[in-house]
This record gives sequence, structure tokens and C-alpha cells, in this order.
Amino acid sequence: MAPVHDLPTEQAEPEQGAGALFVAVEDVHKTFGTHRILKGITLRVSRGETLAVLGRSGTGKSVLLRLIIGLERPDSGAVRIHGQDIAGLTLDEMGAIRKKMGFLFQHAALYDSLTVGENVGFPLAHHRRDLSQAERMERVKQLLVEVGMGGDQEKMPCDISGGMQKRVGLARALALEPEILLLDEPTAGLDPISSGEIDELILKLQRERQMASIVVTHDLHSARTIANRLALLDLGKVVVEGAFEDLQQSDIGFVQQFLKQW
Amino acid sequence: MDAPPGEPVKAGWAAVAAPATGAVNSVLEWFGELGIFSWKALCAAVTPPYEWRELIRQLDEVGSKSFPLVALAGAAIGVVISLEARYSLSRFGAKSMFPATLVYSVVQVMGPILTGLVVSGRVGAGMGAELASMKVTEQIDAIEASAINPYRLLAAPRILACILMLPLLTLAADACALLTGWFAQAMVEPLSFHQFINSGFNGATFNSFLPQTFKTAVYGLIIGVIACFQGMRTRGGAEGVGRAATNSVVLASLFLILADVVLVKLILVVFQ
Repeated sequence: MAPVHDLPTEQAEPEQGAGALFVAVEDVHKTFGTHRILKGITLRVSRGETLAVLGRSGTGKSVLLRLIIGLERPDSGAVRIHGQDIAGLTLDEMGAIRKKMGFLFQHAALYDSLTVGENVGFPLAHHRRDLSQAERMERVKQLLVEVGMGGDQEKMPCDISGGMQKRVGLARALALEPEILLLDEPTAGLDPISSGEIDELILKLQRERQMASIVVTHDLHSARTIANRLALLDLGKVVVEGAFEDLQQSDIGFVQQFLKQW
Repeated sequence: MDAPPGEPVKAGWAAVAAPATGAVNSVLEWFGELGIFSWKALCAAVTPPYEWRELIRQLDEVGSKSFPLVALAGAAIGVVISLEARYSLSRFGAKSMFPATLVYSVVQVMGPILTGLVVSGRVGAGMGAELASMKVTEQIDAIEASAINPYRLLAAPRILACILMLPLLTLAADACALLTGWFAQAMVEPLSFHQFINSGFNGATFNSFLPQTFKTAVYGLIIGVIACFQGMRTRGGAEGVGRAATNSVVLASLFLILADVVLVKLILVVFQ
């Protein structure tokens, strides 16, 4: 991968006319046991947009992503993908929607009995049976080169670092050319150089593919770099949403306190 | 102001009833979740696309890799029954009944239950731990997020492999038990294998042995369902994985033994 130089502090504006609403979270509530995690979250992300969701640990950011991909069901409210409420869908119906989505888990969640190449090719092996084995392998190779892991196909997940696992996880998330990309803490636990490389990669993918992306992070620098809009969560609600400048101009005490840490 | 006279009694009942109610609730919830899991696995198993490659892999895992242990267990039990039967039958002057005693004991009783318990220990623990480990590391969530039905990919092939392999493993255990049982007897008194088989199976019909062998398919269903269910609902990191593996073996063995009681009666009523 090319070394990181000066990362752009402003990201490309979405294409003109690219505002089709891809993801809509409408007044979603979620409780686990007696803990109310989300208390009425409303967010919208359109094609070509990147929304960064920030907040303290434990405020429900990852739960929000799990609700959008359908791994959790909201207690009330709606999660709509391309206008369709996913709450009442069966596993197989949800599968048709998930083929258009890519999800990077916080700890990559690679399949530890498969090689790096097999991990990336796993969605292709199941959903692109029209491709020959050679075509699938070529696609896997391209994806791994794109994330800077070309040549590592035969390695096992236990043989690579956490940062490398994240790259492989990102390659796997991109395998089916998704329209919606969900990233859970893509730079958590990485050194600053690796974080910058992941940020650059996400920006590059956004420019090329114009996906609707939601990035959960508590890295404000990364969020400023890659996102069009930022949403700050606290106590289960969206406290403020907008460009970074909107956050800076907010007079809400929590927002100012959060920004001060950076 | 004094409390009403009935209050201490009510408080006593509440102290006993609350934990009991909680335990009953937990058991009912467990059975409810098991029912839902079984239904989802069944639906996934009978709807395409079918995971043939995964099924073949599991047939090897459950069948081929359990064979040495099952064969050894069968061989050992054959010797044990042979020694014990010879001693007991000699006391009652019924040594001529030895072949039939060994054959019926092994094929109708010991072979199936022994195979079931051995496979429950080996396969149940392995499956439960493997799936639990995948669950706590979010690999199952990743499978689902990749638009692949985890019941179709993970649970259905494993359960089907257990159902198909248990009867075959039972036949293997029976064969090893009869062979070593005959050998243990032949070491003491001359008895040809041909004579042993003829005498042991004299008057027997298919109904005498086949239902008992194929009832182990039900054992396989129990082992597969319990192990997959325990594994795929695990929480709690390494401790959860250990608990899932242990519970898979314990619960599968328990349900297997209970099922045997029911199946034996059913076979006697239907086939004999």
C-alpha cells in the first residue's frame, strides 16, 4: 500500500443526484434486559454519504450497526433499507438484503479454520456460483491487493496481526460489491500509521464506489477524515448531528467535553 | 402497628415459590428455545441451496473419525459381556445359551446405547465447543451478515451427519463386540465362529435386530440438535465455550438414555 502522506481533511462531496436514501433508522429503541441502550435514534444515510457515529464506549454504537444489518431487532421504531422495513423479515428474506451490504466487525470476525483467501472468497463461494473457481480466486486476489494484503492468501488468521485481520475483514465485506458498508471501529487498536492507511482506503473506496457508509468510531480524527456527517451519541440518543463544524459550534456541554478530549 | 397475622406465612411462601418459579421458567424457556432452534434447522435442511460439501465433511468428522473409538468401545464391551455371561450361565447350567445371550445383549441393548454415549461424548463435546467458539468470536454473526443462513450451513449438516452415521457406527460397534466376545469365549472353550454365529442368530428375524440398530438414528438426532443448540446460543467467552461443551455432552447423554426407555417400549409394541 502507498505510504500515508497528507490525508485530506475534507472528504469528497457525494455525487450530484446521488441522494437516494439507502439506510433510514427511525425512532429506534432497544433494551437488553433492564438496560435501555437506544432511546429513540433517528438517522438517515444516502448513496455516496459517509456518516460517522461517535460516542463514549457503551452508548450503543455497535448495537446500532447490528440493528441495521439485522443481527438484532429493535424493540420499537423501524430500520429501513432501500425503504423496506427489515424488522419482520425472515432469515432468508433478510439474506437478499444483506447481499447488498458489507459489514466489518470490530474484531474482524474472520473464520479461524479458513485461510485469508478462503475468508475473503467465502461470500463469493456462496453467492457467486456463476463464477468459475479461477474467476473467484482472481477476484479474491484483487480484493486483497486493494486492502494491501496481496500475497497473503495462504496465511491463517492466527498468523496475522490485528490490523491485518481488519484489512482482510474489510476485503471480505467488499466481496459482493455492496451498496451499503457498515464499519465497526475500523481503526480501533491500530497504530497511527495503520489507522491512517485504513482511513485512506475507506476514502478511496468511497470515491470509487459511492456507497452509503456508516462508520462507528470513537476516533474523532478518523471521523473528520472520512465522514461527510458526524452523529454524536450519548445516553442512547443522538445529541448532535452534522458536519464537524456543527459539532464545534454546538453549545451542548457533552459535545464540548467530547471535542476537548481531541 | 402489628402486621396482619397471615403476612409471615405469605412471606415464607414467596421465599420458596420465587426460586422454584424461576427454575421452572428457565426450564420452559430452554425447551421453548430448543423447539424454535429445531424448527429453524429443519426448515433450513429441507430448503435449497443444500450444503453438500459441508455435509460430506461432517459425515467424515462424525463417522470416520468416531469409528476407532466406537470400535474399541465395542470390542471392550464384547469381552466384558462374554466373561460375565459365561460365568453367570455356567452357574445356571445354561452354557449353551452363551452365543444367543451375547448376540442379543450386544445387538439389542449394549451396542446401541454404548455407541450413543461414546459418540455423544466425542462428537457432542467437539461440536458444542466448535460452534460455541464461533459464536463468542462473532464468526456465526459474520456468516449471517454475509447473507448465509447459519442454520443451513452449520446446524443442518451436523445434525444430518449424526442421524446418518449413528446406525452405521452401531453396526461397527456390534461387529467388534461380537468378534471379541466370541474370541474371549473361544480362548476358554473351543467354539468356531461359524457355530457361534449360527447359534447366536438361530431363530432371529430382522425385527429382532434392525429396529434396535436404527433407533440410533434418533440418538443421532438428539446429539446433533443438543450440541448445535448449546453451541450456537453460547455467551460468555471461554467460560461459555467450556459450559457449552460440557452441557452438550451431559444433556445429550441424558436425553439419549431417556429416549432409549421410550424407544425400547415402542419397538416392543410395534415390532414384537
